[in-house]
Amino acid sequence: MQEGSADPGLYDFSPYRGRKPFSWPGDKKVAVWVSPNLEYYEIDPPKNPHRASWTRPHPDVVGYAHRDYANRVGHWRMAEVMSKHGFPGSVSLSVALCQHHPDVVADANARGWEFFSHGIYNTRYSYGMDEAQERAIIEDSIRTVHDATGQTIRGWLAPALTHTPRTLDLIAEYGLDYTCDLYHDDQPQRVKTTSGDLISMPYSLEVNDHYGFFIYNMSPRDYARTLIRQFERLADEPSGSVMCIPLHSYLIGQPHRIGAFEEVLRQIAADGRAWITRSGDIADAWRTAQAGADA
Amino acid sequence: MSLDPSYLDYPRRRLGYDHDLYAYSALPTRKPLAWPGGKGVAVWIVVSLEWFPITPSDTPFRAPGHMQTAYPDYRHYTAREYGTRIGFYRLLDAFAKAGVQVSVAANGAIAQRYPSVIRDIVDAGHELIAHSTDMNGTVASTLPVEEERRLIRDSIATLSEAAGTAPRGWHSIARSQSFATPDLLVEAGIEYCCDWANDDMPWSFANGLVNLPLNHELSDRQIINVQQQSVDSYAEQMLDARDWLAGEAAAGGGGRLLPLHLTPYIIGLPYRMDAFERLLADLKASPATWFARGSDILDSYRSQS
Repeated sequence: MQEGSADPGLYDFSPYRGRKPFSWPGDKKVAVWVSPNLEYYEIDPPKNPHRASWTRPHPDVVGYAHRDYANRVGHWRMAEVMSKHGFPGSVSLSVALCQHHPDVVADANARGWEFFSHGIYNTRYSYGMDEAQERAIIEDSIRTVHDATGQTIRGWLAPALTHTPRTLDLIAEYGLDYTCDLYHDDQPQRVKTTSGDLISMPYSLEVNDHYGFFIYNMSPRDYARTLIRQFERLADEPSGSVMCIPLHSYLIGQPHRIGAFEEVLRQIAADGRAWITRSGDIADAWRTAQAGADA
Repeated sequence: MSLDPSYLDYPRRRLGYDHDLYAYSALPTRKPLAWPGGKGVAVWIVVSLEWFPITPSDTPFRAPGHMQTAYPDYRHYTAREYGTRIGFYRLLDAFAKAGVQVSVAANGAIAQRYPSVIRDIVDAGHELIAHSTDMNGTVASTLPVEEERRLIRDSIATLSEAAGTAPRGWHSIARSQSFATPDLLVEAGIEYCCDWANDDMPWSFANGLVNLPLNHELSDRQIINVQQQSVDSYAEQMLDARDWLAGEAAAGGGGRLLPLHLTPYIIGLPYRMDAFERLLADLKASPATWFARGSDILDSYRSQS
């Protein structure tokens, strides 16, 4: 991006109207990917000068224990219902989870889930990092995930959505394919970087379970209805769009919510119009479709 | 611009937690526990019985639900008193009607100010949990350890005197603890706390203290006050949770814990009580449920571990 510019200059304007539809593999209309955030929050992290980690003096028992629920209980419950209905995960991973709770990472890997980086911890923020520091967390992410899973990460969701002006240039330079940090479109789009090809992968804050439950204060069944409406609208529109369902298992994996969510997965899987897949596969299919359109 | 180099040091990046308070354990790989009578779901009702001085303290922080307007905040002071005078007695009647016994997390100030309330709780067979001194008795790591120790002891002493027995459980205001709290609780003779909502089953701290997870997302305060949902939606969510947990237990996962955390000035209002009484009846009618007090759950957990 151009630091200091009023427009960060990340992409060209391309309105929805007049776009050429294309089909996802299997002639499916909507690519659906589920993105569990597998995270680790530190109990007593150092303070970033631009943002406090917890709202209370450490230990923030409510905040910490709630996130801890994810790794003890929520992940296992959420992962089971995803596997039952044929949904792989594309994981936004606090990569230090590979050290803290390797069982969780190994379980996700064994289910065929893809991993991308969500930083080292969700309590370490990129705000204020210099280039060498930011390179260090990218290199750490690539190395740590590869050592733990054999996978080479292809994507990035900034830790706690904290960026520097050079984040997108750097991840492209390191060969990553996609960023999940831009929310300007329902289709993958090219991002302008100084250093290589990068795709903006449609993620979502609006249908993120955190927004559903803690910004919009939805009941579990209201959130489930929201996901179904999101899917049905996209499936009724010209094809080639992406629906991301970003999750936090400490929220969706609670006993009063998981049943309603399972019904969403059952309905989308039964609908027949969804390409149920992973983020990296969407990047590949979109690049193939673009190459065909350019030829 | 750059950050202090220590910001990229991770001295506690290691197997297990970044603290030594308790050990990691994933629920599906844990040794399954069984509740008495082969029941799958322990329904644990915890009522918070609180006295809010009309002179709120912000040290170390102001408790949730505390005074909000300029002094004197009659509106919030008296509305919370309504909970203790009226709403709580509606709840006691509902528990009697359903034939269930519960845990009451009471401030020490309730025992000092309203000893008859404590007698009514004890006479009905309910259990008292120590819940600090009053709603200015908040705990955080910024509170000097000696003050925290005194606060814990004062709370336990006043409740013990009014009830005739010492509470076995502790519930912090807003679940807030310092790093010293688990050791201070053991030192004061407390056997379990219910502050860490990180599991659907009891677990033990490294120092032997047991934690009974009191799921804060399933509380009436969270669903009705914070998330602004109806009492009907609240009841529906409790039943959905019951069904899911009972299913896990029936599938061989072992027992599960369903905590209902109630606040008399919220759930005890006339227009919410019918729905709550129906919820109690629905929970009671289920063959999967075991209504238990915290100490019953503690004893069952200890007998199996």
